[in-house]
Amino acid sequence: MKFFLSAWLMVCVVLTAHGFENTMAERTRACTACHGEQGKAGPDGYYPRLAGKPAGYLYNQLQNFKQGRRHYDLMTRLIDPLSDAYLQDMAQYFSGLKLPYPAPALLAGSASAALLARGQVLAREGDVRTGLPACVACHGDKLTGVAPAVPGLLGLPLDYLNGQLGAWQSGQRRAHAPDCMAQVVQRLTPEDVMAVANYLARQPLPPDASPAPAAQGAVRAKLLSTSETWRCGSAPLAKGQP
Amino acid sequence: MMQRLLGLGLALCLATIAWVVLDNYADGVAVSPSASTSASVPHSAQQVAQGAYLARAGNCMSCHTVPGQVPFSGGRAIETPFGKVYASNLTPDDATGLGRWNAQHFWRALHHGRSYDGRLLAPAFPYNHTSLVTRADADALFAYFKSLAPVAQATPASELRWPFGTQAAFAVWRSLYFKPAHFTEQPQHSAEWNRGAYLVEGLGHCAACHGPRDDLGGSGALDDLRGGLIPVVNWYAPSLLSARETRLADVPVQDTVRLLQTGHAPHAWVNGPMREVVQHSTQHLSVADLTAMATYLQARARAHVPEDDAPPAPSRSPTRRAAQRGAALYDDHCAVCHGKQGQGVAQAYPALAGSLAVQMAHTTNLVQTVMYGGFSVTTPAQPKPFGMPPFVLVLSDRDIADVLTHIRTQWGNTAGALTEFDVVRVREMQTR
Repeated sequence: MKFFLSAWLMVCVVLTAHGFENTMAERTRACTACHGEQGKAGPDGYYPRLAGKPAGYLYNQLQNFKQGRRHYDLMTRLIDPLSDAYLQDMAQYFSGLKLPYPAPALLAGSASAALLARGQVLAREGDVRTGLPACVACHGDKLTGVAPAVPGLLGLPLDYLNGQLGAWQSGQRRAHAPDCMAQVVQRLTPEDVMAVANYLARQPLPPDASPAPAAQGAVRAKLLSTSETWRCGSAPLAKGQP
Repeated sequence: MMQRLLGLGLALCLATIAWVVLDNYADGVAVSPSASTSASVPHSAQQVAQGAYLARAGNCMSCHTVPGQVPFSGGRAIETPFGKVYASNLTPDDATGLGRWNAQHFWRALHHGRSYDGRLLAPAFPYNHTSLVTRADADALFAYFKSLAPVAQATPASELRWPFGTQAAFAVWRSLYFKPAHFTEQPQHSAEWNRGAYLVEGLGHCAACHGPRDDLGGSGALDDLRGGLIPVVNWYAPSLLSARETRLADVPVQDTVRLLQTGHAPHAWVNGPMREVVQHSTQHLSVADLTAMATYLQARARAHVPEDDAPPAPSRSPTRRAAQRGAALYDDHCAVCHGKQGQGVAQAYPALAGSLAVQMAHTTNLVQTVMYGGFSVTTPAQPKPFGMPPFVLVLSDRDIADVLTHIRTQWGNTAGALTEFDVVRVREMQTR
């Protein structure tokens, strides 16, 4: 019995090793080599998860790398020869992979309660003094993003969050104009960046981690807590929204 | 005696300068800037369409566009061993583009390598090749660029190291390497061969990469396709003639057409910068023109005498340890796609067994491929190509050398081993 079982296991191993399939999973091996199997994120903090993110967001990022608004040489080299239609297919593919998130990684060096409280205030309410909108205003009440193009902010490693906020502040990372996120991060002090990144990195994901459906105009206006109009090139408002 | 020598030397210097000046400025093309008008003779739609097609044939867009910006609005930095040159704005903006140019200016730029104001253009613009373009084709290209929406985007000044960026340096370079030329039909060859030669040697500027260059960046004859290392980009464009590097003499013309249309054919895959050429240029060309180019290239490769090739580099045998490491690394990282026997998967992953690219004396491309991976080009024939991940962060220099040694010495492949030094050299040039 044992012999048959191990023989069968061997057959399985051989089959997986040689099984070429004409699928998107096969086609995106170059992506998953760094972003983890099925785009579940790489082992270190720098290759973010792709699975389940809004397709419009993923597509925008591919365009941002291709057109020089984000900078990572290995990414740009890879996607340069690919058509927009194919990049759209890749975005749809990874967006459609609904996989459970792991619990937030245990972070070395604990953040002070005051820092986390400040992070929570910024994420949930923003800062009226500086006209800073809350994260939830655009990224959804549950912070899991809003379809089709606003990303979730949970399930991301602290290093990645810090890296991205910093890159946005220095202009290394940009989005389609008008670049609302660039305006937002200009209102964050270095301490605020620390606070909000530490808060976000420690939040577990809700059982349903999928992005909220599009169009929450009223909620958005209420939570902005400022009278400013924010226009985002990468996430245009649907018709009729303020 | 001393005085006489000095005098002779001075006279020689003056004569050389006079020759360089005459050589560069006495081209007999008188263009008066006042003769230009933005609203000159309207161009026919047919001429504009022809110009758009020719711009594809010349792959003008690749250099004259910053990725993500308006096509042909210029500003892309072209890295040369002497510093950066910025490609110019070809949209018809009066202040920063071709707005004030007339067809005569444009012809002078293509044929003589001189700008609107008569300045000598940096030879990063391959005007030794565009010089062959007929006046009718130059006018069609001009009509096309004039039909674009003007974009105001000034071209940054070049950042060439002194003295390479000076007009005097360009003049000397041109006297050494450039002669305005016309394409002359060769009656002993077919019309198809001649059309192919016109495209390959002219707008296609194939020899700009597939020909050798010397230390001053000078390329050889317009039809010198013996292969060359592309400076800075650091990819080796293989010889299109030698049977050791490409199979153009042996494969059917249709295979070469297919390679240029789709990026792969039964025995060849394009890789590196050639993917950009297929992406922006050759996949858009007519089958008739691709067939003409393939016919010309096949004839050239068949007429090629192998004795003209550089002698093959002495190939090293791998050490036992390297062979073992290479085999293990191959099984871990490569076999899943390229197969246990290096057989690959048709249309998806290239076969490594029997591949000329794998066995070439120049190993730069192999190291580049393992370091950076890459997808095939998207074309109508292959809208969703497969890809290879980058291994630059996964494999050490020694790993890369060993795994490449493995694929060069297995399954009937008979090329030499790589050492860590071969990999370091490429990596160093990459990060310079």
